[in-house]
Amino acid sequence: MSILVNKNSKVVVSGMTGREGRFHTEQMIHYGTNVVAGVTPGKGGQELLGVPIFNSVQEAVDRTGADAGLIFVPAPFAADAVLEYEGAGVPFVSLITEGVPINDMIKVANKLKAGGKTRLLGGNCAGIITPGECKMGIMPGHIFTPGPIGMVSRSGTLTYEVVWEMTRAELGQTTCVGIGGDPIPGTRFNEVLEMFENDPETKAVVMIGEIGGTDEEAGAEVIKRMTKPVVAFISGRTAPPGKRMGHAGAIISGKLGTAQSKVDALLAAGATVADATSEVPELLRKALSKVGVSV
Amino acid sequence: MKLHEYQSKDLLASFGVAVPGGRVTKDPAEAKLIADEFGGKVVVKAQVLMGGRGKAGGVKLFTDSQAASDFTKELIGKRLISIQNPDGMIVEQVLVAEQIDIAEEFYLSVLLDRSEQKLVVMISKEGGMEIEEVAEEHPEAIVRLHVDPAWGLSDYEIRNAITAAKIPSQAHRQMVPMIKALVKAYLESDADLIEINPCAWTPDGRLLAADAKVSIDENALYRLPQYEATKEDAAEDEIEAEASRRGIAYVRLGGDIGIIGNGAGLVMCSLDEVTKAGGKPANFLDVGGGAQAERVKSCVELVLMDQNIKGLLINIFGGITRGDEVAKGILEALATLDVKVPVVARVEGTAAKEGLALLASSPILGAATMQEAAEKVVAAAYGK
Repeated sequence: MSILVNKNSKVVVSGMTGREGRFHTEQMIHYGTNVVAGVTPGKGGQELLGVPIFNSVQEAVDRTGADAGLIFVPAPFAADAVLEYEGAGVPFVSLITEGVPINDMIKVANKLKAGGKTRLLGGNCAGIITPGECKMGIMPGHIFTPGPIGMVSRSGTLTYEVVWEMTRAELGQTTCVGIGGDPIPGTRFNEVLEMFENDPETKAVVMIGEIGGTDEEAGAEVIKRMTKPVVAFISGRTAPPGKRMGHAGAIISGKLGTAQSKVDALLAAGATVADATSEVPELLRKALSKVGVSV
Repeated sequence: MKLHEYQSKDLLASFGVAVPGGRVTKDPAEAKLIADEFGGKVVVKAQVLMGGRGKAGGVKLFTDSQAASDFTKELIGKRLISIQNPDGMIVEQVLVAEQIDIAEEFYLSVLLDRSEQKLVVMISKEGGMEIEEVAEEHPEAIVRLHVDPAWGLSDYEIRNAITAAKIPSQAHRQMVPMIKALVKAYLESDADLIEINPCAWTPDGRLLAADAKVSIDENALYRLPQYEATKEDAAEDEIEAEASRRGIAYVRLGGDIGIIGNGAGLVMCSLDEVTKAGGKPANFLDVGGGAQAERVKSCVELVLMDQNIKGLLINIFGGITRGDEVAKGILEALATLDVKVPVVARVEGTAAKEGLALLASSPILGAATMQEAAEKVVAAAYGK
């Protein structure tokens, strides 16, 4: 088991014929992901990496039965690309593109929420991977390994850092979800935590947050009700207020969005909070043994 | 990206928001002409993007146009220093604006409510002071009105909200269209903040944006060609301005340990580790995904423009970024720049082995983990 994607997922890639799209699609196919279609308007009928290209998502879905999407199109066209998946009734789509205007994402997020048909992951995210089954994103596949730990993170490279520590400590992963570094993410911590709580294979969850917004605090509300242990890490503890730290969403506004507020909320909810990424594997083992799970 | 006050007011005026008369200038003679239009009764305001410019001596009231002109002459080219910006900023232009009589000061803003994923209008009768202070001392004095992303705001919602905020009823007829105009301006010019503080109510019954702060979403600059040129100008620091020209995500933090990494989360985490090890981070710098040697070199060069740097930490976890490319960039930087400070590089992930092999015969210090790298760079920089 896993969440959101698995070995049966049929993936369609928007912007597959572009430089980034092509490179990562090749990596995904190499990993074993079932990429069934690419979409680039005007390039329908061509074939790339043995994958058929269609003019629209609707056509790709009709012809291949695709049920998951991945978007690499440039930021000015990203919002439209997301809505195209909703229009075609695809239940899950991940937006890798960084730099989508905030006003576009407000419209998209609210439209998807009202429609209730399509879940968006991202933008500005690394994507999602269920190790050994489906890699739908830009993460280096070789650092992941199957196992009982669910992972959810706002940061790509920090995910790699922690996953690599976990894999070396023989703590494999059910699914690793990159929710992205933008201020208006399609999917947030609370929703992913809920999914891991309901996934029988997941025995514990690692959550990696950072400064900005209050999504970690909202996630803590779910952790209060969870039966599975959560080990969290928050980056940006020393970031000054009012400065955007790389990610569009990583900014402390006034007193809102500080690392301390997130750490406090997580601790109060019963999560374990790591002081350094290197502590995560050990804290996971401790948390697991406390609930009587041996890995 | 913050806009200057004069740009903010011009923008809002173009959406029908009433603002005091006046213009921006670099020329004391022109300042006199503008001041004469208002009978000499003007306020001269330095156009620098820093907090505390009033206390720094950048804002002054006049009743005589010659005095306003003299003050303009004095300000242009002067470096203003405030608590918020100890390095200070040089004044290049001033806004000469009509002085208005104020009976009451209100507060209006439009911003993003991230948790609701909607815009919110904040309204308060307590204008003229920092809204954070109002929020702390009189939280009941702030009324929040969320904007429906599909429908926008209805007049009745605005009327109800400003009534709840206890805005005097004489001002309602002007405030309803003003709030609608602010929301329209926010959406159509891709703002990420519009704040009017104070929103002035004059004794003769006019509602005006006496001060205005507008910040634009940088992600939307591609569809706002009018602000493309403002981007460098908007940087609060000379190295940040250079970073913007080079397309590098860099934030100056004021310490002395330079930091370069890939990915925002990893860089933030590196700052935390350096601080934990007793160091003071000089900057945030994300090389971005898949950086080539040339870009890495450019990043090293940028960080070293900061004269306070005592040590440099490079922390890479390669996904699409290759360790060998990073190593090549570091070596090129060492070969072409006069690097006088110790450099610690931690390279992990894709092509890390090749990268480490390249660095083995250089003076670069290696480290197995991020924590070790942070401790090493702090020890080497401070001579511990």
